Amino acid sequence: MISKRMKKTFLTPLGKENPVFVQILGICSTLAVTNKLENTVVMTLGVLFTTMFSSFTLSLIRKFIPSRIRMIVETMVIATFVIIVDIVLKAYIPDVWKQLGPYVGLIITNCIIMGRAEAFALNNTPGLSLIDGLASGIGYSYVLLIIAFFRELLGTGTLWGVQILGDWWVNWSIMIMPPGAFFMLAIFIWIVKETFMTEKKEASNE
Amino acid sequence: MNSAYYPIAVFFAAIFTNNILLTNYLGMCSFLSVSRELKTSVGLGIAVTFVMASTTVLNWLAYTYILIPFGLFYLRYIVFIIIIAAFVQLVEMIIERTSEGLYAALGIFLPLITVNCAILGVSLFMVIRDYSLLTSFFFGLGSGLGWFLAILAMAGIRQKLVKAKVPAGLEGAGITLIIAGIMALAFMGFSGMITIS
Repeated sequence: MISKRMKKTFLTPLGKENPVFVQILGICSTLAVTNKLENTVVMTLGVLFTTMFSSFTLSLIRKFIPSRIRMIVETMVIATFVIIVDIVLKAYIPDVWKQLGPYVGLIITNCIIMGRAEAFALNNTPGLSLIDGLASGIGYSYVLLIIAFFRELLGTGTLWGVQILGDWWVNWSIMIMPPGAFFMLAIFIWIVKETFMTEKKEASNE
Repeated sequence: MNSAYYPIAVFFAAIFTNNILLTNYLGMCSFLSVSRELKTSVGLGIAVTFVMASTTVLNWLAYTYILIPFGLFYLRYIVFIIIIAAFVQLVEMIIERTSEGLYAALGIFLPLITVNCAILGVSLFMVIRDYSLLTSFFFGLGSGLGWFLAILAMAGIRQKLVKAKVPAGLEGAGITLIIAGIMALAFMGFSGMITIS
């Protein structure tokens, strides 16, 4: 059942064309909540859900959208799914919802979702668009989860609120403050680019 | 806090202590891509400040007089984003007709602004913090100026940075993020000067 094309659609956004470190897209809305792993998980799930279903929906109706007003249609569809996420979070985990504050709503302006809709969903079948949305969402999520993991661990010595590092650990409070997120993301991009580039160099030498 | 100075306090806090870009990471996408040149960042900065101040007021009016009386709180995302998009479109059309010079300078930035998370973010913060109309205006204006300040400083640094030797893996986004981090550290020096809830 799984065709080659589906597999390729799924794998490309995870590595070679990862939205975060290749295109540096969409970090705005989620970077702010990476100081706690729990919040990040909730937030990335929200993004994942929205990316998947807005790509799917837009692909379904792609033949009926006049190209001049497609941006506003895309925004409306995305906003609808974000409202669903917002209501669900508010109902089931109000504490986390409160902490996330405006950032749930800001998923709407996350460039990745709009980018996938523009670049993929409007030209492909619903099934493929769903897979593409899922893969882009996962590619985005794991980068942010890694950042959140290190920020919470180094910043407070905890993971998911549970103390991991012992009394000997001195908290790096910079990690949970705003600059920490910038530094972590920069270091992460550096490591990824450095490894990626050496591979490319070796390939060209052969 | 209901003192008469509260809007002013919010205004300065939005620029320095609670800078929308450096403490809330909003508007990062255009910040990273447009901050290469001083001239373009000035254009974008002015456009963002103007749109932010205006849409905050419009969204406040829509929120207070339409969404709340009709119990449509949950629709705020859709309403805000439509108001922002419509406003940006309107401004684009007006300056296209009236001022060629201004259109040449700002025109290309306006479509970018609709998807600038900072604009929507300011409106959402305004709702959560329960600001009054005047405070909202100053908050929007201050946030816009704060964003302007950050992108201006970044563009200035990046223009000098062209001549510097940056490790290959850090070029582009990497080094920009590190500078943003250092700038955020510097702006933390302002914290404690003004506190807003």
